Amino acid sequence: MDETPSYPPIEPTDFDLIVVGTGLPQSVIAAAASSAGKSVLHLDSNSFYGSHFSSLNLDEFSSFLTSQSAVHSSHPNPPSSVAADAAEYVALDLKTRPMYSDVEITSHSSDPVEHSRKFNLDVSGPRVLFCADAAVDLMLKSGASQYLEFKSIDASFVCDADGRFSTVPDSRAAIFKDRSLSLTEKNQLMRFFKLIQGHLAASDEAENDSNARISEDDLESPFVEFLNKMRLPPKIKSMILYAIAMADYDQDSIEVCKDVLDTKIGIDRLALYHSSVGRFPNALGALIYPIYGQGELTQAFCRRAAVKGCIYVLRMPVIALLMEKESGHCKGVRLASGQDIFSQKLLVDPSFIVPVPVAPSQPDCMPESSQVINLVDAKQKVARGICIMKSSLKPDVSNFVFVYPPRSLYPEQAMAIRAVQIGSNLGVCPSGMFVLYLSTLCNDATQGKELLQAAIKSLFTLPVSGNPENSSSVHSENMEEVKPTLLWSALYTQELVMGSFESISSTSMPDGNLNYNVLLDATVKLFHQMYPQEEFFPETTSPENVEDDDGLSLES
Amino acid sequence: MHGRPRKAPKPEDAAASAAKAEKLRALQSQLLHNHHNQIYTKEALEISAKLLEANPESYTAWNYRKLAVEHNLSHSESDPDTVKSIFSEELRVVENSLKQNFKSYGAWHHRKWVLSKGHSSVDHELQLLDRFQRADSRNFHAWNYRRFIAALKGIPDEEELKYTTKLIETNFSNYSAWHNRSVLLSHLLQNKVKGFFPKEKVLVEEYEFVHQALFTDPDDQSGWFYHLWLLDQTVKPETPLLVSTWPAHGSDIIVSAEGCLDGRALSPFTSFHSDAGTFPLILYFNEAVEGVNSSTVTVKSVFTENKDLVWKPLATMCVQPLSSKHAERQSVEMILWRDVNFHFYDAHVQESSPIAYFDRLSIKKDHEPAASKWHAKTLVNEIALVRQLLSEIDCKIGKLTLARLLMAHDAMVSYMAPHSHKKVHSEEVLQLYSDLMELDPMHSQYYKEAQSLVLLQQVTSNRESLLKHCCHHRVSTSSSVGNSVCLRLNNLSLSRIGCVEQLLWVQMLDLSHNELRSIDGLEAMQLLSFLNLSHNKLSSFTALEPLRLLKLLKVLDISYNEIGAHPVDTRRYLCSSPLSHTVGSDWNFNEFVPDDAKVTNYWEAFAIFRGFNLTQLDIVGNAITDEKFKSFLIKVLPTLKWVDGEELH
Repeated sequence: MDETPSYPPIEPTDFDLIVVGTGLPQSVIAAAASSAGKSVLHLDSNSFYGSHFSSLNLDEFSSFLTSQSAVHSSHPNPPSSVAADAAEYVALDLKTRPMYSDVEITSHSSDPVEHSRKFNLDVSGPRVLFCADAAVDLMLKSGASQYLEFKSIDASFVCDADGRFSTVPDSRAAIFKDRSLSLTEKNQLMRFFKLIQGHLAASDEAENDSNARISEDDLESPFVEFLNKMRLPPKIKSMILYAIAMADYDQDSIEVCKDVLDTKIGIDRLALYHSSVGRFPNALGALIYPIYGQGELTQAFCRRAAVKGCIYVLRMPVIALLMEKESGHCKGVRLASGQDIFSQKLLVDPSFIVPVPVAPSQPDCMPESSQVINLVDAKQKVARGICIMKSSLKPDVSNFVFVYPPRSLYPEQAMAIRAVQIGSNLGVCPSGMFVLYLSTLCNDATQGKELLQAAIKSLFTLPVSGNPENSSSVHSENMEEVKPTLLWSALYTQELVMGSFESISSTSMPDGNLNYNVLLDATVKLFHQMYPQEEFFPETTSPENVEDDDGLSLES
Repeated sequence: MHGRPRKAPKPEDAAASAAKAEKLRALQSQLLHNHHNQIYTKEALEISAKLLEANPESYTAWNYRKLAVEHNLSHSESDPDTVKSIFSEELRVVENSLKQNFKSYGAWHHRKWVLSKGHSSVDHELQLLDRFQRADSRNFHAWNYRRFIAALKGIPDEEELKYTTKLIETNFSNYSAWHNRSVLLSHLLQNKVKGFFPKEKVLVEEYEFVHQALFTDPDDQSGWFYHLWLLDQTVKPETPLLVSTWPAHGSDIIVSAEGCLDGRALSPFTSFHSDAGTFPLILYFNEAVEGVNSSTVTVKSVFTENKDLVWKPLATMCVQPLSSKHAERQSVEMILWRDVNFHFYDAHVQESSPIAYFDRLSIKKDHEPAASKWHAKTLVNEIALVRQLLSEIDCKIGKLTLARLLMAHDAMVSYMAPHSHKKVHSEEVLQLYSDLMELDPMHSQYYKEAQSLVLLQQVTSNRESLLKHCCHHRVSTSSSVGNSVCLRLNNLSLSRIGCVEQLLWVQMLDLSHNELRSIDGLEAMQLLSFLNLSHNKLSSFTALEPLRLLKLLKVLDISYNEIGAHPVDTRRYLCSSPLSHTVGSDWNFNEFVPDDAKVTNYWEAFAIFRGFNLTQLDIVGNAITDEKFKSFLIKVLPTLKWVDGEELH
C-alpha cells in the first residue's frame, strides 16, 4: 500500500458518484447506481475487493486487521496539491480511524500459516444467508447471483458449556426426527409453529380471520412473554429465541436486556426461517453459504456494477476531499496518485472520519471545526473470533451454525454467541481443515474476549504450553470425547458504525447479525436518499438476465 | 399431487378442451378401425400412441397395443434387438402417458405388463420411480409399482423398509409409505428374518417410531393408521382362537325328535328340542377360519357315535319345509312382547339359571404368560402415552385411539382372567365416544356403533349384569318354547349387534326400541326362535339378510321400522334388484306378486322370507305395509299363523 504504483491517470475526471471502499453496501450502491445509468468510480485502497466484508487468505487477513487497528495518520500529502486551482476549492486531508482493536492472533501450529493462500477467511464472520433473505432476492434481481455459487449449511445446533450440541428442530420433519426432544416437547413445539403459520396465513388474507391471528396485545408484548404464555418449556423457548429468532441479548432478564425482541419481530423472524426452509428444492435447510467465502458477494456486485459501466481502481487510496471554498460542498477527491477526480456525490467507507460541511460564511475555520457525523456506536461493539482446526467440532457434519444462548456458558453471560463452522468443501480452507467463526455483541473488548474465550474453551483442547507445534489431537485421559485441537486463532473487536446520508455519505460496518438483512435495509434506504428519483435495480428484461432466471445456483 | 386446489376452468380453457375432444374423437375412431381390422403397422401404432399420450385412460388403446406387441413379436424373427426395441417403445409410450396423468391405472398396468415380459431393465424403473416419488411421495400407483419392481428385482424387504423410513423422515404425512411399511414388516415378521425377531422387540421399536409422528402432529392421521395396525399386531393372537361354542364344552344336550321327550322334566338350558332331528353346532372363532368339518371336529356323545352324525354346513343347508301334517298339528300361541309378559329372573333360583351355563360358555385359554405380560404392558404403555397427548391437545383421533386401546386392554385382561374382572374402563370409553359424537358429528353413527359394542360388552361381561337382562316369558306352556328365558336388550339405544359369542344359547331375544340399522352378526345365534326387532331403524328387507341363516326362527317382530321409507338403504349401499344373485332362478316370483304391485318393493321381501318357517310375523308400522303386501307375505310364508296380532285362518 505504501508504494503506490504509478497509475495511468483516470479518464474521465468527472463522475456522477465516487464510491470509496468496496465493502458490501458500497458495492451494492455502486451496482445500483450504475444500473440506474449513473457514471460511477469505485475506489479501494486495498489490493482486494470487499474491505470489511472481504474474504482473505491468512497473511492478508492478519495484515488487514493490523493495518485497520493502528491509528493511521493521513497519507503524506503529495506536493501537487497546489497544482489545482486553489481559488476554487481546498483539499481537506481525509482521516481514518481504527475499526478493529485488541487484535490477538495466535498460531499453535505452523500448518495453517504454511497453507496461507488456501484460506478465504471472512473478516465479517460468522455470516450465512437465509434462503428467503432479502439479500438472496437482491442477488437474483440484480443479476449478481450469476457470479455466485452456494452450498447448504447442513445443520443448526444449540451448544452448552460442555461443548455438547443439540439439534435445532426447525421444521416438521426435523421435529419428527429429533430424538432428543421428549414426545410432549415435540407436540408443544409443533403446535407453536402451527400457531405461527396460522397467524401468518390469516394475516396474508384480505379479510381478517381473527381466530387464527395472534392478538395485537400479544404482538406488542415481549416475545419471551408470549412464549411463556404458550407454556413452552425453557429448552424449547431458548431454541426459538436464540437459534431461530436469533435474539442477541438475554430475553429472560428484561431489566438488563438491551434489545427486547417483541412478539411481532419474533414472529417475522420465525416466518423468515420457515419460508427459508424449502425455498430452494435442493437446499437442505434454511441456510446457505457462498463457495469461497462471503467476500464473493461484494465481488459479485462489483462485477455487476462493472458490466453496467462502473470503473474500478484498486490499490488507490484517497488522501483528501476537495471542498468548494464558497459553499463548503464536496466537489471530489484527491487520489494518492495525485490526481483530482470530481463528482457531486461521494460515498465513503465507514473508517473515514467524515467532516460536516460548514456554512460558507466561515470558510477558514472549516478544517479545524469539522465534526464527525458517522458516529461510532460507543456502547456496543462486536467481538469476532476465527479458529482453525483439523477436525470438525461435530464428527458427522462439516458445515453448520450454532449458538450459545445467554447464560449457557456462565451465569453472567448476557449475550448470545453465534458461531459457524465451515469446511474445506466450501473452498474456505485447505482440505482436512475447518474454520470456525464466532461473534458476540459486547460492551467492550474485555467482555467480548471473555465471552469468546469461554466458548473456545468449551469446544477445543487447547495445546499444551511448551509444545505448541503438537498439532495432533490431545487425548483426554478419560478417553470420553476427543475435542479438536486449536491450530490457529484470531480474536478481534470491531466497532459498529452506522452509515449516514449527507453531502458525503458513508456506509455501515458489518453488524452482529448472521445475515445481511439489517445492513441491506440501511443500504437500500441510503440509495433512495441519494437518488430519490431512481429505482433500486429496476426489473430488467434484457436478454442477459433471462438465462439465469431459474434461481440461485446451489450445489447439493 | 396433494394439497393443490382445483381451479375453476376459464372460458378459453373450455374452447381448448373442446378442440382436444375433437382431436381425441378422430384418433379414437382411427384406433377402433385399426383394432377391428387388426392393423398393427407402425403408422397404426403411432395413432394409438398419440391417443394414449393425450388420454392415458383409453383402455381399449392399451389393449390394442398389447395385441400389437404380441402380433409383432410373433412376426419378428427372434432377434433380441428387435424384441427389445418393441418393448422399449411401449415403455416410452407409457412414460409419456404418465407425464400426462401419473395416476392412470391403464398406463401403470401396461408398464407392469411390459416389465413382466422380462425384456426390460429393472434398474431404469427404479430411477423412474424415484422421479415419480419425488414429485409426489404419496402417489400410491408409484408405490404399487415399486412393490412390483422390488419383487421382480428381488430387492430384500429390509432395503425397502429403509426406503420407507427415509420417506417418512422427509415427510411423515404419507399414508402410502406407512402402509408399505406395514406390508414389509408383516413379511419380515412372518418369515422371522434376522433382525426382525422376536416380534415384540420389533413392535416396540415401531411404536417408538410412530410416536414421534403422533406427537409431532396429532392432526395428521397417517401415523394413527399405522398405530392402529401396530395395535392389531399386538393384540391379535398368532393363531385363530375358538372363542365360544354351542353346545358348551361338557354340557348335556338331549335332542328329541317328533316330540318323544314331551313331559320329561328337563333343564331348559341344556335340552334342545328339535322336531327335524337336527341340532346346530356353533363354533365361534375370533377370525375367519377354514377346514372346519367332520374330520376336524369331534363330537363326543353318549348315545351316538361320531360317525352317525351327519354334517351339513349352514350355508348350504336348505331348511325342509315342514310337512303339512306338522303344520296342521301345531296349534301355536301368539307370543306377546309386552312388558307384563315378562318377569325378572330370580338370581337365587339356581336350578335352572342360564348363568350356570354362561360360565361354561367361554373356552379355556392357555398361552404363554410371558407373551401376554408383554401385550398387557404394551397396552398400558400406549394408554399412558395417548392420555399424555390428550392432556396437551384435544384430538379426535387420539380420543378414538384411547377408546380402542382401553377396550383392547379390557379384552386382554378379561382374556387372561375370565370373569374375575369387571370391564374397568367401559364407562370411560362410553364417555369418550359421547365426546367424539359431539366433536365430530359427521361420523357420529360410527361412534354410536362403537358405543353399542361397549354397552353390549358391559352387559355380557359377567353373570350379574347379564342376569339383569334375563326374563322369564310368561307364556311357556308350549313345547315349542324350549326355554322361556328371554334376553331383553331393549331400550339401550343400540345401533349395532355385538358380543354374540356370549349369547349363543339365547332362544328368545328382545332388541326392540333400539336404533339398529343392521343386524349383522345375529346369524351366529343359531338357537334363536323368537326375535323382536320392533321400533328400530331397519330400512330394508335386505338388512334382514342374516335372518336367512337362522333356521329355527319362528316368531319375528319387525314392526315400526323404516322398511320401504327409503328408496335405497344407504346403510348397506344396496338397492333391491331382481338381478341380485342372492336368489336362485328356480323361484317363481310372479306367482306370488299381485298383478298391480311394484315388483321392486316386494322383491326384497320375497328374497328374504322365502322358505322361512315363521309362524308369527309383525310388520305393522313400516312404510311398505299395506293389505296387498300382507296378502303377498301370507302367500310367501304358508306357515304363518299370526300376522300383526291377527290369527289367520
